Amino acid sequence: MRRQLLPALRTLAVLTVLCGLLYPLAVTAAAQVAFPGQANGSLVHDASGRVVGSRLLGQRFDGDEWFHGRPSAAGDGYDGTASSPSNLGPTSPELLDAVAERVAAYREENGLADDAAVPVDAVTASGSDLDPQISVANARLQAPRVAAARGLAEPQVLALVDQHTVGRRLGFLGEPGVDVLALNRALVAVP
Amino acid sequence: MSGASWLQLLAVAVLVVGGTRLLGPYLAAVFGDAEPVDGAGRAEGAPRRSSAPGDRLFAPLERAIYRLGGIDPDREQRWTSYALSLLAFSGASVLALYALLRLQAVLPLNPTDAPAVPAPLAFNTAVSFVTNTNWQNYGGELAMSHLTQMAGLAVQNVVSPVVGLCVAVVLIRSLARRRIELVGNFWVDLVRGTTRVFLPLAFVAALVLVSQGAIQNLHGFTTAHTVAGGTQLVPGGPVASQEAIKELGQNGGGFFNANSMHPFENPNPITNLLQVVTILLIPFALTYAYGRMVRDQKQCWVVFAAMALLLVGSIALATGMETRGNPELTARGAAQATQSGGNLEGKEVRFGAAGCGLYSAVTTGTSTGAVNCAHDSMTPLGGLAPLANMMLGEVSPGGTGSGLYGMLVFVLLSVFIAGLMVGRTPEYLGKKVQAAEMKLVVLYLVVVPATVLSFAAASVVLPSARSSMLNTGPHGLTEVLYGFTSAGNNNGSAFGGLSGNTDWYNTTLGLSMLVGRFLLIVPVLAIAGSLVRKQRVPATSGTFPTGTPLFAGLLTGVVLIVVGLTYFPVLSLGPVVEHLGL
Repeated sequence: MRRQLLPALRTLAVLTVLCGLLYPLAVTAAAQVAFPGQANGSLVHDASGRVVGSRLLGQRFDGDEWFHGRPSAAGDGYDGTASSPSNLGPTSPELLDAVAERVAAYREENGLADDAAVPVDAVTASGSDLDPQISVANARLQAPRVAAARGLAEPQVLALVDQHTVGRRLGFLGEPGVDVLALNRALVAVP
Repeated sequence: MSGASWLQLLAVAVLVVGGTRLLGPYLAAVFGDAEPVDGAGRAEGAPRRSSAPGDRLFAPLERAIYRLGGIDPDREQRWTSYALSLLAFSGASVLALYALLRLQAVLPLNPTDAPAVPAPLAFNTAVSFVTNTNWQNYGGELAMSHLTQMAGLAVQNVVSPVVGLCVAVVLIRSLARRRIELVGNFWVDLVRGTTRVFLPLAFVAALVLVSQGAIQNLHGFTTAHTVAGGTQLVPGGPVASQEAIKELGQNGGGFFNANSMHPFENPNPITNLLQVVTILLIPFALTYAYGRMVRDQKQCWVVFAAMALLLVGSIALATGMETRGNPELTARGAAQATQSGGNLEGKEVRFGAAGCGLYSAVTTGTSTGAVNCAHDSMTPLGGLAPLANMMLGEVSPGGTGSGLYGMLVFVLLSVFIAGLMVGRTPEYLGKKVQAAEMKLVVLYLVVVPATVLSFAAASVVLPSARSSMLNTGPHGLTEVLYGFTSAGNNNGSAFGGLSGNTDWYNTTLGLSMLVGRFLLIVPVLAIAGSLVRKQRVPATSGTFPTGTPLFAGLLTGVVLIVVGLTYFPVLSLGPVVEHLGL
């Protein structure tokens, strides 16, 4: 066994340098040169150059004047250090009670009828708890509330929703969704 | 399943078959012999390796590694010393990774001030990454330093699948060669698999991921002042380089706790497709290399077909159940039939329920265990698909190497069963399958289910272990069963509700992983050691042909029946009961 152990340790050391340092550092160098924006987190800056978030990470929005993202249990909501799904099973009473509560709250917030069906993404948490998107149906149901709170015309807000809707990639990959952060930033920019 | 999700599946199929045709011959060139090896009547000494594309580029690098490692690349080993080398390397890897985890707080490259990992968790994590399982009882954001992620976890992400590849290559050689004891040189196979297969592919895949938004930097957290007036910490780290190898090597251990659900690991549906294809690429390509090396391409397509059949079945089950949604949510007013519909708890809008069904089946049909949706929150039968995939022993198409050698063990069993039916001595590729091999096959098939079921049974009886379940009733049983199935079959995905970071689970899951890796590898190497010595007898009219669709069907049936009989009782107490209660 000793005859095997020495090459084992030496080879492991060499492969650690190769796979553990040279490989990630080479990828980092190439990525920083070729795609610096993406490699550093697709950060979004405001006019003064301050980081306001990442294009890819959802943020917490409360209040009628904002489009709301999906329910998030990461920290106080959309905590970047605590990505995690709820892991509640499909028959978990805790999940089903939470969904019933969220459905009622959503109907009230958006002035829907008591038996109106609510888009499922609005009442379920995402896997990452950082989902940057909501479904198109969800965004359109929120548009009247946001328009009223901001004193904007509803068609104007719906047009912004359309602008920030990302379709299926290549026409068939994934699902369409609305980027909530970009949409809310566009709302702020409306004169 | 909708039209778009069928198209998505078709795209995966086209890319995987294309990749198999491209990469398969290359793998055969990297690991194959220059000419057929017949030990009788040839001088002693190692068989000559075939020349491979890129020799001029890689050979000098490899010579340097051999010199630094103190390896003689021109000497081949018998199966016993091959196994000893493999175990020595894996043992050294566990110890080195354990030390790194314990010491990370005082080592450099720790911008997030991650503390030392406690001993039981460090044991579990070290074993987990060395056995290619990547079960994670921690959240990567806060628990691991960048140095640990790079020099510890990422290294095992590269070399642990190569170890699996080495074992498969030995088994293939044992069928291709005859009347010889030598099966190859572990160190050479390890180094060539790393330099010629994994690192180049991972480098390209990582850059494509970055181009789509996966991050690759050495920062800690960046503070963002959010639009609504709060703050958010935006994480940093060398994610894409780990992400690429996580998929290519069927590792599955995420940089972040949320794994491939996290937008920085899997930013959009294009990266999702790319991840699915890179996961499937090498295990399927290896079947082609197998056909090449045993000089019988029909064998490749039989194995390929059985793997693909099982995989597509599980994709259809998971996708169908998840897009159909959860009736309990409908009852509470959630609309699941509209766009972005289906059971969306634990799923991202950008992937949708169909993206989850595809990914969850692929990640468990291989030994990957990465997740793009929370398996714990899937519908009962949707979640049964990944669970059953793992129970099959990770052969559809399984991990790098481990999928192929697992399937070849099932091939030997099928040949044996067919032999019993026609009353002839079973043979495969002209090699007689005898008592010695069959004993090892049975050992291979029994050891993991015995471990999984025993530990799962103990865990639902022990009160301290039972308190780790997040959900109760049949779903809680499924959480525990899923955990041990995942560890025992070296998958690493979880029904995340199980709080595995306790002394009991860290230890028992760690032991399951060791059993599921090395108590399978050693019998496979022993089978190879026995087969490689045999003469190839010519096929006669009494030989059961193994290159036919009939045999592919028999093989698929044997996989399903052997597993079905083993796990059916416990499955009916878990997911099946839960489904019937909906």
